[in-house]
Amino acid sequence: MHPSPEMQREMLRQMNTIRRFEERATQDYLAGDIFGVVHSYIGEEAVAVGVCSALEDGDQIVSTHRGHGHCIAKGADLDRMMAELYGRETGYCKGKGGSMHIADFDIGMLGANGIVGGGIPIATGAGLAAQMDGKGRVAVSFFGDGASNAGSFHESLNIAATWKLPMLYVCENNRYAANTAAAATHAQEDVATRALGYDMPGVIVDGNDISAVYDAATTAVARARAGEGPTLIECKTYRWGRHTERPSQAEPRPANEVEEWKTRDPIPRLVEALKEQQGQLTDEEWEEMDREILARISSAVAYAKASAFPKPEAALDDVFSGEVA
Amino acid sequence: MPKITYSDAGTAALAEEMRRDPTVFEFCTDATESLLDEFGPVRIRTTPITENTFTGMAVGAAGSGYRPVVNWRQVTFGFVAMDPIVNQACKIHYMFGGQQKFPITFRAAVGGGTKLAAQHSQSPYSMFMNLAGLKVILPSTPYDMKGLLKAAIRDDNPVMSFESNRLMGLEGEVPDEDYVVPIGKADIKREGIDITVVGIAWMVQEALAAAETMDKEGVSVEVVDPRTLAPMDGDTIRASVRKTGRLLVADEAGPTAGASAEIISLATEDPETFKAMKAPAHRVCALDTPIPYSPVLEDHVFPNRERIAEGIRAVLSAR
Ligand SMILES: Cc1ncc(C[n+]2csc(CCOP(=O)(O)OP(=O)(O)O)c2C)c(N)n1
Ligand SMILES: [Mg+2]
Repeated sequence: MHPSPEMQREMLRQMNTIRRFEERATQDYLAGDIFGVVHSYIGEEAVAVGVCSALEDGDQIVSTHRGHGHCIAKGADLDRMMAELYGRETGYCKGKGGSMHIADFDIGMLGANGIVGGGIPIATGAGLAAQMDGKGRVAVSFFGDGASNAGSFHESLNIAATWKLPMLYVCENNRYAANTAAAATHAQEDVATRALGYDMPGVIVDGNDISAVYDAATTAVARARAGEGPTLIECKTYRWGRHTERPSQAEPRPANEVEEWKTRDPIPRLVEALKEQQGQLTDEEWEEMDREILARISSAVAYAKASAFPKPEAALDDVFSGEVA
Repeated sequence: MPKITYSDAGTAALAEEMRRDPTVFEFCTDATESLLDEFGPVRIRTTPITENTFTGMAVGAAGSGYRPVVNWRQVTFGFVAMDPIVNQACKIHYMFGGQQKFPITFRAAVGGGTKLAAQHSQSPYSMFMNLAGLKVILPSTPYDMKGLLKAAIRDDNPVMSFESNRLMGLEGEVPDEDYVVPIGKADIKREGIDITVVGIAWMVQEALAAAETMDKEGVSVEVVDPRTLAPMDGDTIRASVRKTGRLLVADEAGPTAGASAEIISLATEDPETFKAMKAPAHRVCALDTPIPYSPVLEDHVFPNRERIAEGIRAVLSAR
């Protein structure tokens, strides 16, 4: 099943927006304008965009520490994202969250999460809410290969399958959890095979092939909406950068492995498919799209820089709902 | 007014709130039969034994418009769910800039007296009191149980309802009608003029018994029940201490960094209250041990009415 050319162009636009956003976030982080830590999603863009393209507005997602891509794919506002990274009061979390904690409940983005495996039950709870609401909504849990070894993964899959929750569990298997290779921590190479133990479909897809991701997600969403329960989708992918963008971050991965994966870049793959196979994109259009995206990211940075830092006393606001200090 | 037990008052609170608000539902590993009969398995949700995950699910459901009640039964099992409590529920309203509320009620039985040994006899409320973003209640009577739990369920924030094992069978008058006991308000359970005894949960009942004993010795004891441990009603406690000039705190938990320590700080760091004090503050708490099984050992570790009375005499004789 091929998405329409318009939809593919939109997917391309979103993937490239993530790519350009992460490049800029990394650059500004290294320049000292963004604090703490940045986990770049570069290389994995097809997973977030492929899955979110199969969703409707009311559907919900829960993300991870590597969450910028999921936010953008779900439609988050780049100004407010960048302002949050810059620690400004106009940011999504008024400067209280930063890179690892962006959320936008209005668009069904229920939060990035700094705890590996912590988001999986939260997404499952959103899936339960969707089932109780009975309006056909689905919930998606994004998580890494590292998180797939946590108890919360297994507990959640068992509950979701037993209760037939309208869920997608999307494992972004980039072969590493921080500096630790999955090969050293997984009893079996594939995560998807674990679905068998929970009586749900377990699908392995090339996570750098957006149409494969989109296909798998579309099938899983249809199954979830039909009340048939959850699906585990394992996307085989790779992050180009080190675990974080910290200059001191270790890089245990062999250089040839990194280079090999860069040749499977999901963005040129979609560009080629649109240009060569379908005749739906010209070089000029692609260049124009990239220019627009770069301009949009620049304006997001300008917005962030023009925004004020929060007042120090604002640290006391929102400890509790309904109470402002 | 009908008399019901502390335990039944909790069940009544949940049932009333579930009738009142269709978004209230419960996660539990073993359903209470009367609730299951009335509300069915969709709203009284029996889960697999997965405290970490069903507590995390409560966070997701709360963020999606529901008001889940998470019942671990013993706080013991709640420890399996520390990530969703500590890292998620208490923090994400704040961390996400206040954009979404997370109304969740956690229910956990605490305290000893059950002869179940260390894992099933715990009073760890001070571990939760310093989690900004979490409210902590701990009722001492059936009346307060119903009113506080209803307030907790209606609160837009995560609230930890600690409930005393020792008090489960305690009977007391509880109105059938709807009422709430406000969170953050202490209650003077007995008025007196010579000493303030702040008791927590079962220790309120023991303090009331000790006050009877002391009355016969000519000592007038005021018993204050904080009812909410976070946020603590320091005003009521300080006003009482300024009146009596003496303070004793009785707690079934150990003293180290406990609620008792917090209560004494709230009183003594206030200059006016400190000036009014005629004797050093005093604590009657459990010994700092895991709770042992054998009744002889268990009774040795826990405070009781006699030890409170002894403590009162000690404070009164101090100068
Ligand atoms: C419970 C927990 N343990 C450890 C960490 C530190 N940590 C942050 S990210 C990470 C690796 C996660 O790997 P994976 O789930 O594969 O996601 P990826 O970073 O590859 O996207 C670790 C160990 C954490 N955040 N949470
Ligand atoms: Mg990984």
